[in-house]
Formats: sequence, C-alpha cells, structure tokens
Amino acid sequence: MLTAQFLLLGAVLFCIGVYGVLARKNAVMVLMSIELILNSVNLNLLAFSVRHGSVDGNTFALYIIAIAAAEVGVGLAMVLLIYRNRRTIALDDLSEMKG
Amino acid sequence: MLAADLLVAQNIGFGIIALLMVVGALRVVTVNNVVHAALWLVVVLSGAAAQYLLLSAEFVAITQVLVYVGAVMVLFLFGTMLTRARIGAENDLNNKNWKIAIPVSLLMLGVMSWVIVDGFSDEKLIENPGEMAQVPVQLISDDIFGPYLLPFWALSFVLLVAVIGAIVLARKD
Repeated sequence: MLTAQFLLLGAVLFCIGVYGVLARKNAVMVLMSIELILNSVNLNLLAFSVRHGSVDGNTFALYIIAIAAAEVGVGLAMVLLIYRNRRTIALDDLSEMKG
Repeated sequence: MLAADLLVAQNIGFGIIALLMVVGALRVVTVNNVVHAALWLVVVLSGAAAQYLLLSAEFVAITQVLVYVGAVMVLFLFGTMLTRARIGAENDLNNKNWKIAIPVSLLMLGVMSWVIVDGFSDEKLIENPGEMAQVPVQLISDDIFGPYLLPFWALSFVLLVAVIGAIVLARKD
C-alpha cells in the first residue's frame, strides 16, 4: 500500500466536502458536507500514524471524532432554532448581518 | 513493481472501498433529497471505518461506527425530520451561485493531488505490510492520559459546553 493512495482519497473527499459547503443552501446539507471534510482529515491522520509508526495519529483521530460529535449537536440545535424563528433553513435567506 | 503492488489483497480492498466512498460522497453533495443524502453519508462513513481497519486502527474504526454511523446519523435524521414539512425530493437545495463551487473545488483537488503525488510519489506506507502491527488500545489510552491529557480536558469541557449549549438553544421557552 502506498502512502499517496490514502492521502489522495482524503483529498478527493475533502474537495467534495468543500464543494458541498459552497454549493448547498440547506443548512443540514452543509453540516453533512462538513462531516465529509472531517472524515478526510481523519483518514490522513491515520495514514501518517501508520507511516511514522506512532500512535499519536489515532489519538488525534479520536479527538476529532469527539469534536465532530459536539459540532453536529450544537449545529443542529442552531438549525432548529433558526427554523423555529424563520420557518426556513435556506442559508441564502439569512442576510441580517450582511454589511 | 506496480503489478506486485496490485496483487496485494489490501490494495484491491482499498480500491473497492475507495470507489464506494467517492461515489457516496458525490451523491451526498448532488442528490435532491435530504434523507437520501443522509443515507449516502452512511455509506461514506462506513467506508471510512473500513479504511481505518485497513490502516490497522481498530479502535478508531469502532469509534467511528459507534459515534458517526450510530449517533451522528440519528441526529441528522432528527434534524431533517424537525426542519422539514415534507420528506421527498426538493429542487432548491443548491444556492444560486452553486456552479462557482465546481471550479473552486476542482482547483483545490488539482493542487492537493499535485502536491501529494509530488511529495509521496511511490513511497510505501510501510515497508513490509506483513509486519503492520495492530494498534493496542492500551497504547492509545497511554497517549490520551499521558502527553495529551490537557487536550483531553479541553475536549471534555468542549463536550460539556456543547451539551449545555444544545439544550439552551433548542429549549422552548
């Protein structure tokens, strides 16, 4: 197995996630795309963990999983709050803070 | 050398799972139905867990299945259910400038692939795949509760704040 194949898979997933964050309007879909990005980072961390024969990458990957769980919890709570106040979660419509 | 690499069972497994993951990820960002997107995300996350197993990180793979496929997916489906009047296809999931995102992400992919291929062109992940050792959970816990104890505390506070914040935000007054 080559190092580059895992890193390339991570890069492809990362760019698909970035596309999703930029292109999607629905807030829940944006959160899903962020999950794709976080998973690609985890893949890279574990590949480098094997490459360097160190266990640190596994630790970082576990931390990232925990952070992602917290992020989804708070993010979905915010989405629910926006939905309750606005009856929509289309991010294009949230323009109060536009300068 | 390339043929010898291709014959390794791990490489075939990697190829199949990687293809599934890329197709699933593309479906997540292109499909017109939020519930279908969540289910395609399950494919991607399970594939990621399988790749972690290929990288001999069993503990992370199991955590991935428990946290992502188990808990985060349920959260997403609840979020979908609570924020949408109807379950079905929608035409306006993309914002109006979504076409700009295609060249941006393709440019990023091009640059990242070039750097990766340039830097790790044919470097083996591990010289002798037979001796790829499993990562014992004991080593991970020694790592977490040894040198990385302070980030662990910080993470505990982040989770606590997230739980309190989610309750405060979602509470009906």
